[in-house]
Amino acid sequence: MSTRLATGGRLLTKDKPVTFRFNGKQLRGYEGDTLASALLANDQMLVGRSFKYHRPRGIVASGAEEPNGLVNMGDEGKFEPNQRVTTTELFDGLSATSQNHWPSLEFDVGVINKYMSRFMPAGFYYKTFMYPRAFWKHVYEPFIRQAAGLGKAPKARDVDTYEHYHAFCDVLVIGGGVAGLLAAKTAAQSGAKVMLIEQTAHWGGRAPVDGGTVDGDPVEDFVEKTVAELASMENVTLRNRTMGAGVYDHGYVLGYERLTDHAPEAAGPRHRLWRVRAGHIITATGAIERPLSFAGNDIPGVMLASAVRDYVANWGVSIGDRTVIVTNNDDAYLTAFALKFAGLEVPAIVDARPAGDESPAMAQAKALGLRVLHGHGIAKVKGNKRVTGVAICAQAGEGAVLEEITCDAVAMSGGWSPVVHLWSHCGGKLAWDDAQAFFKPDRDKAPTGADGAGFVTAAGAASGALILSDALGDAHAAGQAAAKAAGFTARKTKAPKGETPAEAPMLPVWMMPQGASAPLRAKAWLDYQNDVKVSDVQLAAREGFESVEHAKRYTTLGMATDQGKLSNINGLATLAGALDTPIPQVGTTTFRPPYTPISMGAIGGEARAEVFQPIRRTPMHDWHDTNGADWEPVGHWRRPYAFVRDGESTHDAVMREVVNTRQNLGLLDASTLGKLVVKGPDAGKFLDMLYTNMMSTLKPGKCRYGLMCSENGFLIDDGVVARIDEDTFLCHTTTGGAERIHGHMEEWLQTEWWDWKVYVANVTEQYAQVAVVGPNARKVLEKLGGMDVSKEALGFMEWADGEIGGFKARVYRISFSGELSYEIAVDAGQGQAFWDALMAAGAEFGAMPYGTECLHILRAEKGFIMIGDETDGTIIPQDLGLNWAISKKKEDYLGKRAQARSHMTDPERWKLVGLETVDGSTLPDGAYAAGEGVNANGQRNVIGRVTSTYHSPTLGRGIAMGLVLHGPDRMGEVISFPGTDGKTYEARIVDPVFYDKEGEKQNV
Amino acid sequence: MSEQATLSQTALGGARYDAGIATIVEAPLQGMITLRGDLASAKVKNAATGVAGVDMPGQRQVNCVEQSGIAWMSPDELLVLCPYADVAANMAKMQKTLGKGHALAVNVSDARAMFHLGGTHARDVMAKLAPVDLRRDQFTPGMIRRTRMAQVAAAFWVDGDDRFSIICFRSQAQYVFDLLKIAAQPGSEVGHI
Amino acid sequence: MLILTCPMCGVTAEETEFHGGGEAHLKRFGPGSSEDEFEGYLFMRENPKGVHFERWRHANGCGKWFHAARCTTTLEVFGTYAAQTYEPPAEIKAVISDKRPGWRWREHS
Repeated sequence: MSTRLATGGRLLTKDKPVTFRFNGKQLRGYEGDTLASALLANDQMLVGRSFKYHRPRGIVASGAEEPNGLVNMGDEGKFEPNQRVTTTELFDGLSATSQNHWPSLEFDVGVINKYMSRFMPAGFYYKTFMYPRAFWKHVYEPFIRQAAGLGKAPKARDVDTYEHYHAFCDVLVIGGGVAGLLAAKTAAQSGAKVMLIEQTAHWGGRAPVDGGTVDGDPVEDFVEKTVAELASMENVTLRNRTMGAGVYDHGYVLGYERLTDHAPEAAGPRHRLWRVRAGHIITATGAIERPLSFAGNDIPGVMLASAVRDYVANWGVSIGDRTVIVTNNDDAYLTAFALKFAGLEVPAIVDARPAGDESPAMAQAKALGLRVLHGHGIAKVKGNKRVTGVAICAQAGEGAVLEEITCDAVAMSGGWSPVVHLWSHCGGKLAWDDAQAFFKPDRDKAPTGADGAGFVTAAGAASGALILSDALGDAHAAGQAAAKAAGFTARKTKAPKGETPAEAPMLPVWMMPQGASAPLRAKAWLDYQNDVKVSDVQLAAREGFESVEHAKRYTTLGMATDQGKLSNINGLATLAGALDTPIPQVGTTTFRPPYTPISMGAIGGEARAEVFQPIRRTPMHDWHDTNGADWEPVGHWRRPYAFVRDGESTHDAVMREVVNTRQNLGLLDASTLGKLVVKGPDAGKFLDMLYTNMMSTLKPGKCRYGLMCSENGFLIDDGVVARIDEDTFLCHTTTGGAERIHGHMEEWLQTEWWDWKVYVANVTEQYAQVAVVGPNARKVLEKLGGMDVSKEALGFMEWADGEIGGFKARVYRISFSGELSYEIAVDAGQGQAFWDALMAAGAEFGAMPYGTECLHILRAEKGFIMIGDETDGTIIPQDLGLNWAISKKKEDYLGKRAQARSHMTDPERWKLVGLETVDGSTLPDGAYAAGEGVNANGQRNVIGRVTSTYHSPTLGRGIAMGLVLHGPDRMGEVISFPGTDGKTYEARIVDPVFYDKEGEKQNV
Repeated sequence: MSEQATLSQTALGGARYDAGIATIVEAPLQGMITLRGDLASAKVKNAATGVAGVDMPGQRQVNCVEQSGIAWMSPDELLVLCPYADVAANMAKMQKTLGKGHALAVNVSDARAMFHLGGTHARDVMAKLAPVDLRRDQFTPGMIRRTRMAQVAAAFWVDGDDRFSIICFRSQAQYVFDLLKIAAQPGSEVGHI
Repeated sequence: MLILTCPMCGVTAEETEFHGGGEAHLKRFGPGSSEDEFEGYLFMRENPKGVHFERWRHANGCGKWFHAARCTTTLEVFGTYAAQTYEPPAEIKAVISDKRPGWRWREHS
């Protein structure tokens, strides 16, 4: 069993016990524990079930590479699935549950898959769930869905907050082990601004566990001293609990800081996403130990040798009373020594390497009386939910059992792989190191930045320097190189001297034993989380999935949440073996950020709830809100769709607003309409190019409706242009169009006609604009008093500056409703007061506010088009019968040439018409008109579609506009629109102007 | 004019927040005039300096004394700051100085909202929202930066006490205020700058 | 995410301040142009693996358009320059020739 030792545990604060819950059971640990070490201290080795076969799985590692120990953390608004127990710091009151099992962790029904495993090889799902097709939806999908996914999705809203932070530095060092610390110090000595981030809560990485000396002192002292030095340097920032998540173009790095995961009651954001821009980056991300591939290597109790050592040294936890070490290198001997010194039994060190020159480690093993079995391997591990023993065989053989050893833990080491992820994220290339059997960064092929130079340097174990002395030398050089790359002069210093015992060379072992039989290979796991075995990769190779990227997807090797941190190299080597190709030629799969999963909250940062997106509010927003506004998003603006009164439906409100505006007086908040000032001697010429109609001939004091097209000829915007003076125009754009059209104007002015004398300014938000609409419009303005708004003084399509009711105002006599209408602009800061004045003065004239739906109906009754309804980016003005707004005199305007293309002049283009249902009902929006015959796909031909459709209370019937083939030539014809509701709507093609065709009402 | 000025309201009516790690205050109405023209021309320079009473700023600089100042916004654009009540008079004065030359002066006072952000953590709070190097030796008093704050455009400058003046669009004032509040929430100290 | 220097206001900023505007140095063809000329202007774009010239706007900044010479494979930025020009300036071309000898882009080299 695994248990807490009486002594040891360098990271524990033993006078601070904490209690926590796992699957409802109350357990104890100490401050400084990870959830993994605390579970192990309570003999909770079994933490989950595997994904496919639901095999019992225990903790394998002690850090970010852990594939099995994933749990659901927290409850309600703090619930989060798939949290790694090895990187979760223990805190008082922590509550976790295991996942991926039913009904319980100890007894799982899905384990049946385990007995089926030989019927569920790689590609099983692809091969099995193909036929019959009828089974897809009702049999296969429910089955796969039930089996799919790890953990549970949270149900409650996340109660925590998150944030981003933009940081800048000359040198960013990722990883706070000895290499990172030394590289940071070396770089900082040049004067460069250095930031050092470390994913755990501790500095020094694994050096304090592995031992050695630096300049004669224990390595812990070096760590402590260097951290203190760095902390005292003004130009250095240290941040622990901050993982380098990804390296991106031009020195951009995402850092993932976990602020309150270990202290959930603390105030402030839970996670902070650091968006760092660095001049140069050092990846000092260490190395990860590899498992060995032997049968039963996934049984709880089989663990990485380094992890076993970590649990003893860091957290005072023994994994078992009797631990067999199995290795292909000297490093794992350190685990044997650590266990022995802790008073635990090590029945054997099974060393796959044949006996040869005795290394210091082997000599020490001998001195400690440890049994070393050279040239041996594990044939299979015995046990089910826990290791009970191992069967020993010759490594060179096929697995004939020579001996069985009783034990309750196995510590394995297949060698080490540098963590090259961050080096590789942005294109850093790798080189294969034959002697140490790993991929390491190819120094000459670093990712390149904006200036074309490499911007990442790997340091220490991450660059392949596994031995302390090498790592320190490498890190020192990396620190100097980074300082230089960032534009500083590195100070001439010497690297500190690290010392550890010499090691005998490792021996690559990709299968144990080398000639393992098929049944053994089918029990030798590569990817623990996704249940991929040696036999699966071999099968993939046999079935022709020879590319590493194909084999990965076929077997799902490395596709789990750990992204193959343990399985990658073993899988590649297995594939290379099956293909009889050298490993470097097989290559690696692509390393993609993030290094380990980061929270969705951190990615979103502050952008949630009220600031999820920037809502734009008019000056009268709050009034609308308290007066029943049903909001409609228009771009980022919010506009009232209708002002709904108590007891009314939204539809009732819209109908009331239309009738009232036609009969009495309606007020519309039109502040969202874009307003662009265009000024200069060439302003008229410029607007002639931008609009299809002639603007240069407009007289000051007058207004003109204009259409704007892109160079493709398509309509992009419309609005009323007012000429303010000889040099100045004010162009109205659609709501939400102001920024786009402003940008469009600037683009042409800056990139094509840069010699034209025109300045543009966006003054949209300077004004609150109110449309005062209806037969009583003039009466309310006259009651407020001020400027002359009579027909004689201010005719239709004219504007004037003046004062109304004491407000300085600009009044446009324009109408989008067909009624007598004034659009009045006042300074935005006076918008609410002006609105209040209009409402008060208008009370006796039946003033009511109206919303966008009423506006739409009013304009549709008049046959006015709406950008975004009648247009969709493929519509030219000619399609909409707007030829009257296209100047024939102008030689050029944006879109003119395009509108002469054959497709644009094709008489078969659908044209705008009015549509009147035969029975008075309302056509469904977007409905297509069916024609004769079928198209090449056997679908019914279509001859038109509805672009706008409403119930008109004015006419008491449904009215619509649509684009119809040969529409204008088919007046009076009835065409049919099949609806999605099963009904077919018959509609007559009519003139799009349904109401007041002569325009008498607006011109009074 | 004065009667009009008293009628005018800022976007958020002087909202403030001081329960967090920095104080956020919506500024009172601030006169702002966008001036576009050839910044090398004496007329344009005089039009700006004549009403602001400060020297012409250099590229990406701002000269500001209390409510009056000039900010360099782009190679052909200045933002002239003045007391809100003086805008109309100043516009007239500027037009007179500009004469018939090709230039554009428009009142944008009501189109903007302005916030002040202060306190020892003000730089860190801004760094959460803007992709700008805000370290004290990099972003110094006298500089103006046009950039984005989270999802919207903004411009800001800082004084020697790390007090920021932030300008955004009026319609987005509530969004920017909410952003600043979240970035300044209690317990969110960064201690980076 | 790229960093670019806006030549109009001098700021070096990350990509989120900018807005890409497609290929640079397009020659406009209007009414009277042939179908081929107009097709070339409206639709035909370079899609090089390597040296490329683009238009960008400092949208969340000074608002100005400018041009950037970039490598589409390595993302190296050779330089940025004002938009008020019909072709890449000599100094930009020299930088590119230094780093990518023998480069060609449309009629430029």
